[in-house]
Amino acid sequence: MSRDGVGASVTRGGGYDRVTGRQRYVADIHLEDVLHVKLVTLDCARARIRSVDASAAWRVPGVRLVTTAEDLPRPMPRFGPQFEDRPVLAVGETKYHGEPVAAVAAETRDAAEEAARLVHVDYEELPAVVTLAAALDPAAPLVQDPALRPGDPFATTNVLREHRVAWGDVDATVADLVVEHVYAFPMVTHFAIEPHAFMAAPDGDGIAVWSTIQHPYWLQRILAKLLRMPLSKVRVLAPDPGGAFGGKQHTKYEPLVAFMALRAGRPVRLVLSLEETFQAARRASASVRVRTGFRADGAFAFQDVAADYLVGAYADIADRVVSKGSYPACGPYRVPAGRVVGRGILSHTPPSTAFRGFGNPQVNWAVESNIDEGARALGIDRLEIRLRNLARRGEAFIPFDTPADGDWEQTVRTAAARIGWGTPLPPGRGRGIAIGIKSGPTTGLSYATVRLLADGSVIVYAGTSDMGQGARTVFAQIAAQELGAPLEAVTVVMGDTAVVPYDAQTSASRSSVLMGTAIQRACGQVRDQLRGMAARLHGIDEAGIVVERGTVRLPDRELPVLDVLRRGLGRLGGELIGNGEMRKEEEPGHPLGGSAAFWEFNCTAIEAEVDEGTGDITLVRHVTVSDVGRALNPLQVRMQDEGAAIQGLGHTLMEHYIFDDHGRIRNLGAIDYRIPTSMDLPLELHSEIVENGDGPGPYGAKGMSEGALLCVAPAVAAAVRDATGAVIRELPLTPERVWRALHGEPDRP
Amino acid sequence: MSDTIPIQLTVNGRQRSLRVAPHHTLLDVLRDDLDLTGAKECCLVGECGACTVIVDGRTVDSCLVLAVEVDGASVTTVEGLARDGSLSPLQQAFLDRGAAQCGYCIPGQLMSAHALLETNPHPSLDDVQEGLAGNLCRCAGYQQIVDAVLAAADGADR
Ligand code: FES
Ligand code: FES
Repeated sequence: MSRDGVGASVTRGGGYDRVTGRQRYVADIHLEDVLHVKLVTLDCARARIRSVDASAAWRVPGVRLVTTAEDLPRPMPRFGPQFEDRPVLAVGETKYHGEPVAAVAAETRDAAEEAARLVHVDYEELPAVVTLAAALDPAAPLVQDPALRPGDPFATTNVLREHRVAWGDVDATVADLVVEHVYAFPMVTHFAIEPHAFMAAPDGDGIAVWSTIQHPYWLQRILAKLLRMPLSKVRVLAPDPGGAFGGKQHTKYEPLVAFMALRAGRPVRLVLSLEETFQAARRASASVRVRTGFRADGAFAFQDVAADYLVGAYADIADRVVSKGSYPACGPYRVPAGRVVGRGILSHTPPSTAFRGFGNPQVNWAVESNIDEGARALGIDRLEIRLRNLARRGEAFIPFDTPADGDWEQTVRTAAARIGWGTPLPPGRGRGIAIGIKSGPTTGLSYATVRLLADGSVIVYAGTSDMGQGARTVFAQIAAQELGAPLEAVTVVMGDTAVVPYDAQTSASRSSVLMGTAIQRACGQVRDQLRGMAARLHGIDEAGIVVERGTVRLPDRELPVLDVLRRGLGRLGGELIGNGEMRKEEEPGHPLGGSAAFWEFNCTAIEAEVDEGTGDITLVRHVTVSDVGRALNPLQVRMQDEGAAIQGLGHTLMEHYIFDDHGRIRNLGAIDYRIPTSMDLPLELHSEIVENGDGPGPYGAKGMSEGALLCVAPAVAAAVRDATGAVIRELPLTPERVWRALHGEPDRP
Repeated sequence: MSDTIPIQLTVNGRQRSLRVAPHHTLLDVLRDDLDLTGAKECCLVGECGACTVIVDGRTVDSCLVLAVEVDGASVTTVEGLARDGSLSPLQQAFLDRGAAQCGYCIPGQLMSAHALLETNPHPSLDDVQEGLAGNLCRCAGYQQIVDAVLAAADGADR
């Protein structure tokens, strides 16, 4: 480990701009001559649009454009990362509360807002389905037109798709004890403090689009197809997002602003309000039925899991959330027979998308809670039953996937030790422990370019988005380490598809592993060129030269890299350019299209106290331990783990959307939708990491940053039950819900 | 714009005379008219603190204050914390302790923390958590932010 390189807690790349207010997020960028866009939406979820009359809107001074479905190409252009089902503007029928029917562009924000209010939409409200039960009712209206999914056997139902994984024979397996329960997970939203923002401007014979997007290259591909432009004419600028958590992965209103900019011949900007952001992205709620078979000694005989996720009106990435999220539902355990059926159920609600943990927290909450039920019934300690079944390193716990890639017992024992498992507790207190697991990326492709400039400084080009996880910092550390450059001399360029080479996506905690490796390889190419230079300069064979950490080692002496570089480049100067590529190919036949690059593994342990008079939960201690392989920047790792842990307290204790009979979200915005503040923290929060250098990434790193969120809910609920005996199988654990459980009152939906 | 109203503000020590629409908030004016984009827009209902600035020594949610209401006032934004290119001790502590992740909430956190330390130079942990309760951060577990404020306060001791 060095002062600057890998393993050091160097301060954040871009940190200076962030503490001085100079960091320019999308909404902070001013484009000359820009028009302001406001969306026109209806006051219900589902409606038949009879007509749109914009004449009053056009009369507002400063209005330059009103766009309705009529003004867009026919048939209505549709897009989506998995299914091309989402229209640029609602056509014929709105499908969820907040879906735009039209949009206005005006010289000022005031004029756009006023005109948007004056667009008169004549519509007839239609019944909306906003719950699993309603969507699955055979008499329910179809959310999507079956014509959108030709040949799909589910197209005439509200089931988007069904995913099954199974091994062993669950039905034929006998167990000494079978425990079966249904667990509910709430619909929650990302609530990044930066609302989504989009801008577009004609750019020569192409277009430039600014977005708070996590996957700029995916967006570029979608825009190029919709606009019928070559990729080279679609430039996506993606300044560092102000928090994203998955909510900004996929295309939302960029196609709309692109069409409007081209029509207006001027730049346009659309900055969503927080309320509109709530309607643009959220996590799928879920109902998960778990049937666990136990042997008398606590060994698992089988797991049988059926998870229904309530997805939105359009698929976004929700189908993948369902398949990949439900897939490891049986957990990191030895399960002789496992069966998981995950279904995405369409509804008249905002499209659900990726959210830290993907679709795993939903099933994790259910399965971990059910394991506790079994342990209690068998009289086995809840830690003990987990350790007894936990996969050991190298065990293929899912038969057709990457075997256990860590010393997971070490992680669990560390968490147990830190919470004081098994030691006496004061009255009224309880403890819970739970394990979370998530598959890392199953496929991936990252390119990186590294330029070693004539003075020894370095520019790294990486298409990852730094949305707060600190990718910029870690990439600079890797380049500094590989090339022996001081960290201050490394610049990382991101966020511009016209400048930075392709990267598939920033998701699934992949970037340190995949892009990090691409950067390492690009640095390797630069080192090879340095070796060639030194060989030429000194008339020796390349094979006898090693370049390491800023030094060129010849058979008889060592030279600083800079010395070789200067002489090698000669009077014209110049630079060395290295390219690196890291791909994780698809594996045909694998249920997810590819095995896990690594497993994200976490153990969370909670000590809690409950106020029986109010139902309030106090978290006395929250321990989160993640196996990260190697911490490239321990401070950033800690921040990610703690941030994930507290975010997990949101869906555990307080967050959930509430719908009314019209399918409207009743608690839109910050007043009625609460997320954890500095007053909601556990009295003690301990985050620890396990580092065995056993990951596939640079220096043994694994991906991390989602793990600490995965199993917060089951650990907290278990601590509440331990403290009070209250059994709650529906999140969030609001004071009212806890109080009702304690006082034998029925829960209210 | 005919119905604008003239106001005078001292922003980060600089006198500004401008005409503002009566319904525009201080946040609108800072961001759109003065190009001071450090204060951020998020909830616009006074709940998240991303738009926090200091007006005559007190923190306000600038999204809730009309610009005409602060005519004559002295306003400090995050852009006014650093002096002559060097960070204030609080900013330095935020940087050193890794308080900023995405950074979007940080201008607001800094302004609340700054005001807290002005009135209470030696805050307890509880004081800091309470003082920052109106500033949401979705990235962090708040630990590093709170640590940074306590560290800056400690530094002021020496
Ligand atoms: S934007 Fe002002 S408090 Fe949220
Ligand atoms: S650092 Fe991202 S919201 Fe606070």
